[in-house]
Amino acid sequence: MATLNVLVLVCLLYVAFLFAVAFGADRAARRGRGTWLRSPVVYTLSLSIYCTAWTFYGAVGSAARSGLEFLTIYLGPTLVMIGWWWTLRKMVRVGRSQRITSIADLISSRYGKSNLLAVLVTLLAVIGTTPYIALQLQSVTLSFSTFAAHDASAAELPTLQSTAFWVALGLALFTILFGTRNLDANERHHGVVMAIAVEAVVKLAALLAVGIFVVWGLAGGIGPTLDRIDASPIATWDQSGGRWIGLTMLSAAAFLCLPRMFQVMVVENEDEDHLRTAAWAFPGYLMLMSLFVVPIAVVGLDILPPGSNPDMFVLTLPLQEGRDWLAILSFIGGFSSATSMVIVAAIAVSTMVSNHVVMPVWLWSTGGTAMMSGDVRHVALLARRLSIGGIVLLGYLYFQISGGGTALAAIGLVSFAGVAQFLPALLGGLFWRGANRTGALAGLGVGATVWLYCLFLPSFGPSMILPQTVFDHGPFGLGWLRPQALFGAVGMDPLVHAVMWSMMLNTAVFVMVSVMTFPRPVERLQGAQFVNVFQHSGTAPGWSGGLAQSEDLLIMSQRIMGGAQAQALFSSAAKRQGLAGYLPEPTPEFLQELERELSGSVGAATAHAMISQIVGGATVSVEDLMAVADETAQIMEYSSQLEAKTQEQERTARQLREAYQKLTQLSVQKDAFLSQISHELRTPMTSIRAFSEILRDTEGLSSEEKGKYATIIHDEAIRLTRLLDDLLDLSVLEHGQVVLNIHSGRLRDLLDRAVGAAGGETDMFKIERHGSEEELWLTTDLDRLAQVFINLISNARKYCDAGKPVLTITAKLETAGLVIDFTDNGSGIPTDQQSVIFEKFSRIGHTKAGGAGLGLAICREIMARLRGEIIYLPGQSGASFRVILPSETVSVPHVASA
Amino acid sequence: MDRKVLLIEDEPNIIEAISFILSRDGWEVKTHSNGHDAMDAVRARRPDLVILDVMLPGKSGFDILQEIRADADLGATPVLMLTARGQIKDRELAEKSGVSRYMTKPFANADVLEAVRSMVGS
Repeated sequence: MATLNVLVLVCLLYVAFLFAVAFGADRAARRGRGTWLRSPVVYTLSLSIYCTAWTFYGAVGSAARSGLEFLTIYLGPTLVMIGWWWTLRKMVRVGRSQRITSIADLISSRYGKSNLLAVLVTLLAVIGTTPYIALQLQSVTLSFSTFAAHDASAAELPTLQSTAFWVALGLALFTILFGTRNLDANERHHGVVMAIAVEAVVKLAALLAVGIFVVWGLAGGIGPTLDRIDASPIATWDQSGGRWIGLTMLSAAAFLCLPRMFQVMVVENEDEDHLRTAAWAFPGYLMLMSLFVVPIAVVGLDILPPGSNPDMFVLTLPLQEGRDWLAILSFIGGFSSATSMVIVAAIAVSTMVSNHVVMPVWLWSTGGTAMMSGDVRHVALLARRLSIGGIVLLGYLYFQISGGGTALAAIGLVSFAGVAQFLPALLGGLFWRGANRTGALAGLGVGATVWLYCLFLPSFGPSMILPQTVFDHGPFGLGWLRPQALFGAVGMDPLVHAVMWSMMLNTAVFVMVSVMTFPRPVERLQGAQFVNVFQHSGTAPGWSGGLAQSEDLLIMSQRIMGGAQAQALFSSAAKRQGLAGYLPEPTPEFLQELERELSGSVGAATAHAMISQIVGGATVSVEDLMAVADETAQIMEYSSQLEAKTQEQERTARQLREAYQKLTQLSVQKDAFLSQISHELRTPMTSIRAFSEILRDTEGLSSEEKGKYATIIHDEAIRLTRLLDDLLDLSVLEHGQVVLNIHSGRLRDLLDRAVGAAGGETDMFKIERHGSEEELWLTTDLDRLAQVFINLISNARKYCDAGKPVLTITAKLETAGLVIDFTDNGSGIPTDQQSVIFEKFSRIGHTKAGGAGLGLAICREIMARLRGEIIYLPGQSGASFRVILPSETVSVPHVASA
Repeated sequence: MDRKVLLIEDEPNIIEAISFILSRDGWEVKTHSNGHDAMDAVRARRPDLVILDVMLPGKSGFDILQEIRADADLGATPVLMLTARGQIKDRELAEKSGVSRYMTKPFANADVLEAVRSMVGS
């Protein structure tokens, strides 16, 4: 005997199972295993979030109320999958090549990366998704209470609200846990996708099981079932042709435009070819889902007492017949449908909200630039998590306020009609080069307004939001503005009426305004990229920038993508360009790559704005426009070749100029060094000679004076020796055979020693040390390494110009080996000087404080001998030097021997 | 017969050595150890002789020399230049700027004494 407690238990076990599935899939993907995660079957199953609780329970209800009308909901997507396969492929291709994160991002990106448009789409998506989430909560609570009503042993009925609350809480938790593991919204959520694929199987199995039970268990086989259907009123109810066509078109449009569908279809897509499988497999899935809808509805109407809610037939039929386990399976099926929809919808909408609303506002409020202090990643992740919570909460509140009264199917269709407003801008953007931002804004605005006024607000019922007089006589007595009879279109079905007017006005305004207004250059280029995505995925609007901006770009990228990832991106780009270090040339290709990477995290519009702030706006050259314009292929080819050549030449010229500059700089430095070394040698010699002559020639010096002068001579002699030592050391390191003195020691001890030798920590000079990696043992020439550390620490002490100098020493293990960063809080080293500081004899500015400018040159030679590296790390808070030791010199801590 | 000398030099040990030698010879020695306000020191002290280093923090000895020569009041002050940079072009630059006497470091104490005596009061 299944009690309510068993149901709760099964439900909790199922949830735990889903957590485990998501966790396992995430881990497998993280370790690079699990190619099955990327199979077309999983992709197809994930598309089944189209079938929510509304289709699971509601289809039977809809069949019981209005016959075969429910089929339209399956017919629309089927037509799209089969007939519009090409459109889908284009959407997926654009989504992948532009690193699109959501449907709002796609539309904004197409129309010149307009954030206003993104905000509008986001707003509409939130309004459209909220009732849909409420619908899912309602279906879970309704099915739960149905179950409870049949269970005589249940002492007290749990209140609807508390069930809904716990379900909402659990869903928000799951989504936050598996939906925001990574900032890059363009990255796949393997855990989530796998969990919803499993749920897809469960809900299909549940519905089929109930269907089989009904046909063979209750009706007595296929023949008797068909007889029952013939006799039932469902077969005789005739369909209104207008509503039939309207609903099919509406569900087709929604299939393309729903944020959650876009999420699984485009954003989570792993491979364009998966669409090929989905094109036949997904319609097959839909067919199986709809197979037993009519038999269940007919048998339900026959067997169950009159007045039973047809929306719950799938559950009440097995319960009525005492098949408790089948009922539990059916409940789990409905539960799966509801939860998978909420999870994906919350991820999709929260990405939009955080990328297009929260992040721009945050960036604007912090001064409009990403170069401020603070890590943007945390803000973005937090924004996304809060948005998820907020969206689920909105759904819960909507459920609470609306009281869950309306029939299931009605709310679903209202949502469909809302998101369908994206369709003209979406399709126009993919296929029509003339479509522009103003047109998209106007069309979307008009369509959304009509939808709100004619369908969304009236859906709360008369006198709820719109007063009854508005329904009867129009606002202010304007009869032609009645929400359900616009322009005198009386007697239409309210849904068809709203869809017809909103889509018609939306499309008309979109086309007219697009034709009448002129697109900006960026829109033209993006338009060409989207419309002709298959011809030239590669070409793009040209960024142009100078080298000095690379460092600013790095600073910004580090804040968004995180230090290690940004540095890896920059250094690999630099390597591709044949440059060493972390600063590649800001070629158009690199800037474009960077923009795409960033847009994966914060959306196209924000990424574009951030880069423009630094580089100063994308330049759209005449050549770009010519390449885009519909000129003959020859001219296009010729001009793009010419452009490529010019750019190539410019780049070579710049590299030559740089090399020449470096050479001249070096030669000037060498001259300066000869003067410098002369000065450095002669100065101590002057004191030595002068005082030794004084001691020799002066009569009657006190013994105190004698001692003092002898000390001066002694100190100056030491200073001379040290200088000569440095010179010899460098010369040996550069040319001679160096014998390394290999020992093992703990990094912490070595750093302690270096800090002590460099004068230790004082009130005027703080040293902060981070990293548990200091416990690591090193096997290398420890004295030489200490020499490098001492040099870096004393440099910071001498040159850091902060009011309160602080040197931070951070050690961490990376793939390259052990990385030790010495970063101070001063003003750092100017970009143009960074390339020469490791050269011999170079000194920044004219300072007397230091030696002859040999320290860093010696460090570089030592690190090369130790098979490591020392580099200047640009884009940190102050001067920052990175010492890299090869991993073979590093070992885990020794166990202390007794 | 109190002759005033202003020593502009930034190495503390060299300042001490030259001060010792000259004060024992009866000079009143004042010292100044940076480039940027060296001219103010010259104006304030009005010395009979200036001993000037070349590599000074803030302003080079050559610039200071040119400013002394350009000054209506101080233009005739004898200037002894001491430098640790022994290159020929430095000497040429010093002579063009109007130096009275030019010596390279290290120097013999006796040579310095001989030079300052011959420059003042002869």
